[in-house]
Amino acid sequence: MKAVCWVGKHNVQVEEVPDPKILNRGDCILKVTSTAICGSDLHLYDGLIPSMMPGDILGHEFMGEVMEVGPDVKKLKVGDRVVVPFPISCGKCFHCTRQEFSLCDNGNPNGATTQKMYGHSPGGIYGYSHLMGGYDGGQAEFVRVPFADVGPLKVPSELKDEQVLFLTDVFPTGYMAAEACGIEPGDTVAVWGCGPVGQFAIRSALMLGAERVIAIDREPERLRMATEAGPEGRVEIMNFESTNVVEDLIERTGGRGPDRCIDAVGSEALGHGAGAVLDWAKMIARLQTDRPNVLRQAITACRKGGTISIPGEYTMIIDSINFGAAFNKGLTFKMGQTHLHRYLRPLLDRIMAGEIDPSFVITHRAPLRDAPKMYETFKHKRDECIKVVLNPAA
Amino acid sequence: MQKTQNISDVERGVTAVAGGLLTIYGISKRSPLGLLAAAAGGWLIVRGASGYCPMTAAIGASGEDAQNPIWHRKIHVHHAITVQRQRSEVYNFWRNFENLPQFMRHLKSVRDLGDNRSHWVANAPAGQSVEWDAVITDERLDELIAWRSLEGSQVPNRGIVRFQDAPGGRGTEIRVELEYEPPAGVIGAGIAKLFGEEPKGQVADDLRRFRSIMETGEVLTTDGQPSDRVRQAKGYFGVKLFGPGLADDGESKVSVR
Repeated sequence: MKAVCWVGKHNVQVEEVPDPKILNRGDCILKVTSTAICGSDLHLYDGLIPSMMPGDILGHEFMGEVMEVGPDVKKLKVGDRVVVPFPISCGKCFHCTRQEFSLCDNGNPNGATTQKMYGHSPGGIYGYSHLMGGYDGGQAEFVRVPFADVGPLKVPSELKDEQVLFLTDVFPTGYMAAEACGIEPGDTVAVWGCGPVGQFAIRSALMLGAERVIAIDREPERLRMATEAGPEGRVEIMNFESTNVVEDLIERTGGRGPDRCIDAVGSEALGHGAGAVLDWAKMIARLQTDRPNVLRQAITACRKGGTISIPGEYTMIIDSINFGAAFNKGLTFKMGQTHLHRYLRPLLDRIMAGEIDPSFVITHRAPLRDAPKMYETFKHKRDECIKVVLNPAA
Repeated sequence: MQKTQNISDVERGVTAVAGGLLTIYGISKRSPLGLLAAAAGGWLIVRGASGYCPMTAAIGASGEDAQNPIWHRKIHVHHAITVQRQRSEVYNFWRNFENLPQFMRHLKSVRDLGDNRSHWVANAPAGQSVEWDAVITDERLDELIAWRSLEGSQVPNRGIVRFQDAPGGRGTEIRVELEYEPPAGVIGAGIAKLFGEEPKGQVADDLRRFRSIMETGEVLTTDGQPSDRVRQAKGYFGVKLFGPGLADDGESKVSVR
């Protein structure tokens, strides 16, 4: 089959590789019908996530048709059309039974190594480094799905791939981030980063009752897409290149600061000013692995007693965080990989009820073989690229 | 508190030099792994300069055998994990020693000989194996199992596992202690190598597999994935960071990839 393989930093190739096989009794094999490139795939592309190996197959946003099931699989049968949540979760451990699916105890075969870095290991993730399990991903013609009775959700045939594909990651990730804010009537929610997760966080915040959302980015097309999220006046935009973000946010909220702050950027923040330059220098010198510029702004801008919700990914060490500000302002932090299985059914229901059509975020459609070019386009935000969907059959 | 020297002078020198090289390599690599390498290098420099190694202390090797080569050292590891199963179920699975190789990677097989005795076969490097007989020395239903190898074993060893209810219906807490006394010579060195590089990590890995079997009935593997096979075919540069899983036969369990 053809698959998108990570070869090295800024180097992915479409290669001919063997077809996947059933390796565990609870596995199934999918024929992939649609797969997307995630913003977090760019962390791999940029070589920021340790323990990638040449030949690793990328991709954790994918859906398709069941081709084969392992002997223990009971809920799926050949021919079923399913979306697959990106975390690999057993459904039976302490965390899964508490619906904390991304923290699964049994989803990561390399967890003993990961727990040396983090104290404990989260579950596995498709195509997302050996620290996250070393699983082959779904940017391929076929993919193996472990714990097939736990993750995949059958989707109705009347919904197109493009309407349900983002249930695999970015829609629930944006939704969980907004939900974690604990939005109250009258709240202003500031969202840093108007990529796909930010776009869904903005829409979810409005769904969950935010009075107003302030969307922060610098790309005109991303800011434009953000303003389309809600009726006139409920979504304001802010270009971080032409303003002092913290001062502007505090002023626009009458001095209170945004009640809830969502960092949908994570470890590769851009930005201006001394902090951002310092972050670049430290990363180049390898004194830190992540650039927490957004996090710093959010801590300073956030209302006292407010919430900072972080769907943007951090991998390891960050530096110069004003923790005293966070402490003395009584902030609440919510973060982590999305507990995706929890949101599949409820968000599918919202799509079926017509509350949202997630396909709005797609700007690029391409055959799988064009993946190397699309990674490049997406990384540099060329051609107003916001979200790429790859078709293995084209 | 003053930490006394617990590694030999030769090892100190080698450690410090290796640490320096690793630090330089790590910094020049300019990657997150490089950062880790540099950090590890820094740690080695401290270890070499101070002559005290907390890890050496942790595996039970103290000042008295500091001047001995590594394979004379006793390997002592302990680890704890919580499993979402009833205590009796977890106890029964462990009490059947023939189940142990399902999750203890260094074991090839354990055969129950009856009368509290069992025959153990462990992997050693280069396709070799070592064998011994063991006897259960203490046993309390649903609470504790202790065993040790019989006199004259190639690798004297003993183990104890304790079972306890976790609070609030959180399953069963398991605490394991293992001790090996690898002899001098090739086999001893091989055993030391199997555990010595990172005995704690090895046991942590084993117990994660134990938990997975108890909770899900299987241990997920990634061996035999397309990327694994393409790497072999293409001869891609890259060290396999993690050992092979249960899908492999005994031979490949110790192969160096």
